[in-house]
Amino acid sequence: MSPITDTIIAEHGISPDEYDYILKILGREPNLVELGIFSVMWSEHASYKNSILQLKTLPKEGSMMLAKAGEENAGVVDIGDDLAISFKIESHNHPSALEPYHGAATGVGGILRDIFTMGARPIAALNSLRFGNPDNPQVKHLLAEVVHGIADYGNCFGVPTVGGEIYFEDSYEGNPLVNAMAIGLLRHTNLAKSAAAGVGNAVIIVGAKTGRDGIHGATFASIELTEESEEKRTAVQVGDPFYEKLLLEATLEIINAGLVVGIQDMGAAGLTCSSSEMAGKGEVGIEIDVSKVPQRETGMSTYEIMLSESQERMLVIVEPQNIERVLAIFQKWDLDAVQIGIITDDKKLRVLNNGSLEAEIPAEYLVLGGKAPVYKRDSQRPDYLDELQGMDLSLLNHPVDFNEVLIKLLKSPNIASKRKVFCQYDHMVGIGTTIEPGSDAAVIRIGGSDKAIAAATDCNGRYCYLNPYEGAKAAVAEAARNVACSGATPIAITNCLNFGNPHKPEVYYGFSECIRGMKDACLAFETPVTGGNVSFYNENPDGAIYPTPVIGMLGVMQDFRKACTQYFKHAGDQVYLLGTRSKNLGGSEYLKVIHNIVGGDITPVDLVAEKALQDCILELINSDIVNSAHDLSDGGLAVALAECCFHPQRSFGLKAEFVIEQDEATAYFGESGANIIVSLNPASASDLEAVTAKHGIECTKIGVVTESEAFIINEAIANCVLTLREAFEQGLDI
Amino acid sequence: MRVSVITFPGSNCDHDAYEVFARRGHQTKMIWHKDHDLENPDLVILPGGFSYGDYLRCGALARFSPIVKEIVGFAQKGGMVMGICNGFQILTETGLLPGALMMNRSLKFICKHQYLKVESANSPFTNTLTPGTILDIPIAHKEGNYYIDQLGLERLKDQDCILFRYCDSTGLVNDATNPNGALDSIAGVVNESRNVLGMMPHPERAATDSVCSQDGTRIFEAIECFVAGRA
Repeated sequence: MSPITDTIIAEHGISPDEYDYILKILGREPNLVELGIFSVMWSEHASYKNSILQLKTLPKEGSMMLAKAGEENAGVVDIGDDLAISFKIESHNHPSALEPYHGAATGVGGILRDIFTMGARPIAALNSLRFGNPDNPQVKHLLAEVVHGIADYGNCFGVPTVGGEIYFEDSYEGNPLVNAMAIGLLRHTNLAKSAAAGVGNAVIIVGAKTGRDGIHGATFASIELTEESEEKRTAVQVGDPFYEKLLLEATLEIINAGLVVGIQDMGAAGLTCSSSEMAGKGEVGIEIDVSKVPQRETGMSTYEIMLSESQERMLVIVEPQNIERVLAIFQKWDLDAVQIGIITDDKKLRVLNNGSLEAEIPAEYLVLGGKAPVYKRDSQRPDYLDELQGMDLSLLNHPVDFNEVLIKLLKSPNIASKRKVFCQYDHMVGIGTTIEPGSDAAVIRIGGSDKAIAAATDCNGRYCYLNPYEGAKAAVAEAARNVACSGATPIAITNCLNFGNPHKPEVYYGFSECIRGMKDACLAFETPVTGGNVSFYNENPDGAIYPTPVIGMLGVMQDFRKACTQYFKHAGDQVYLLGTRSKNLGGSEYLKVIHNIVGGDITPVDLVAEKALQDCILELINSDIVNSAHDLSDGGLAVALAECCFHPQRSFGLKAEFVIEQDEATAYFGESGANIIVSLNPASASDLEAVTAKHGIECTKIGVVTESEAFIINEAIANCVLTLREAFEQGLDI
Repeated sequence: MRVSVITFPGSNCDHDAYEVFARRGHQTKMIWHKDHDLENPDLVILPGGFSYGDYLRCGALARFSPIVKEIVGFAQKGGMVMGICNGFQILTETGLLPGALMMNRSLKFICKHQYLKVESANSPFTNTLTPGTILDIPIAHKEGNYYIDQLGLERLKDQDCILFRYCDSTGLVNDATNPNGALDSIAGVVNESRNVLGMMPHPERAATDSVCSQDGTRIFEAIECFVAGRA
């Protein structure tokens, strides 16, 4: 084997200090296989070495938690009646930048595996996407291919893709974000663990054969994309959703039959990561012989087999007497299942090839929570913050024609309907989809039960750019509000933390501040962080992306019949606005679209008021006082009112007359503040007033839902609702 | 009634069909595609999904599954078979139904609510429905663009084999209300013996109280009425 040179070390993304640490751990020079193993396991993607100190500050405790953040492949939350939900969000940004179809598809595949590895059957998928300027042909291509990849994978696998978000900002040009979330349902008794245990137990590799695809994917995910990245296209994996479906069924079959001691999917860093993590968590050793691994290609080296990120594979620990039954189940599903090793008592990851020793590393040094390197990076508040936050917005010349403004905003791809996207996703398979995509949150009924879950993903990267702490709070608040508006109590979050290069002090500042904001919001809402993923090094030649801590919120409702959509239901219903109204245009879509300004500060999120608003809307929905509930977000009050009129089966008119306290632009298009629009039968108005008063929520009568086609707000806006709807439906070009 | 739902390796609507029939009080069984016994059903369901990943041609590999031989024999003896979405594709591949399902003209997967017009009551699957009835039943497919040659189309019409056409909420059938480019807006056909139905829309997705439409129940009620009358 060739000697390890400085160049080889650098190519593996290992710093000189880290190499010295490796020498100390092994007491000798590593060989190439060992260096490769350290490289992927100490990559940011697998080790969280630059983020873990911050992540540890997030609240992860909760009485409902069955598997907490960091313990397993995905968090697990109790929802009562022996049922539990496993959910998680994960990024696949860099692969999607280079190979959007396969990058996005395997992002979906990876997160689904994380869920069914827990013994949970996936019941919903969401995805949170960010792209550059939508007028750029290359961005159009990326968007179309990412959506195509998500659709092909999720549709074939058979999970309903029910929600998510898509934003376009220049900062994501060249470095799109593809964050995939999955939610699964399991019985408590079928919760599977990832720790290896039982010396002498068999280590079995199951699923697809191993090829040369995705080698060094984890390392690749942990560097900035450059023009040369194109050459690393082979670091992108190729997925096969049909195989994944087979793997799902076979995996659940062996878990439900009680044949599994430990199980982990092979995602980033493939066999290396699964074997070392299982050994590390279980404080045992694992010895595997790579020559036994079913291979798709000939002549693969130990290095390649260990680092391959071929998809649709799992590593399973099985007691010797159960091996035959496990193999038979996989045979039924026409999948490979081969014993490749055993559990040992020496706490080492030992890799053989046809019996000859190729690598031997103490597992604890490879894994998170063990003795892998951990760094606190330098942090510095970026200079731009003062400049942008201090921008004087009072000097702006606002347009006179607010009709035109509203049309422009409804057409803005950030606001426009995403119907053209979600129609490509099978969002109804599983016959649980109670609230379909397009409303504030998706609601999925739990089969065989009256319970339902609600889910939403949220993050306004522009807010986080202008104010990382408040922006992250706002992301959690909006996700919780969306879930509450659908009638579900927010119970826990998963997060996908997309940031630039953490070695840049300004980036690390944004990261730390976002974590701090998320922590405070999660504590206020009592929604623990159950896990997720960190994606650093999201940069393009102009610098880092906006800080984008995407929040995936899970909510639960006891009776699916209480599910509430954002759409008006009856002409004659009265429309009210709940919450303190916006007094600020900072960070708004209005400023960006109409004035081409990304600036101003965002209004601090009053967490106590936000929580009270969410409790209030839940009570209003559960008491059947309101017929619809829609939270205000991008585009402010005018856009939200228009969206309420766009019922999937018909359009309603609106006649709104109310006193405004600020200038018109701020009143109609300002975004800050916790607000919800509700509609109700006039007979329920006194009930509404009683409940809002009880929760201390400001309640303003806005107007009335009409049968007509007129959409009227005071003297400012008067348009045909069908014209507005056309703008909204056609704004996104895909 | 006794219902057998077939599970191919890539079926993903088999559990949904099972749940709907079981909830309606029928003796419902899941039959693995490698099995050779249909277990004496009144109705066989070929569910939606991607039977073998469908990388070749949808349903092209599924027809070689052992159970399909049994289904063909069952159908030839007059047994009732209903193919939904991928099941429809498989039925055309086996030759139990004429025509073929091509890629949607948009070349994209389409999942949405879709209005269907009942064109004939002359089948076990529509016998309680009045022709012209409009049903809201979701579609979810990439290859649902029904095609048949001119002669075949004439024969379908002559034999009253077109059971469902795509339309809008008012029953209008034209190019604008055709979601996938299907010839003559055909959404579902029955064979000439009238015991084998293939349809692209998913009635099982519109048959429970937690989803947005319940119009699919109208088709299941028709089947139940027919089977009860036959007994």
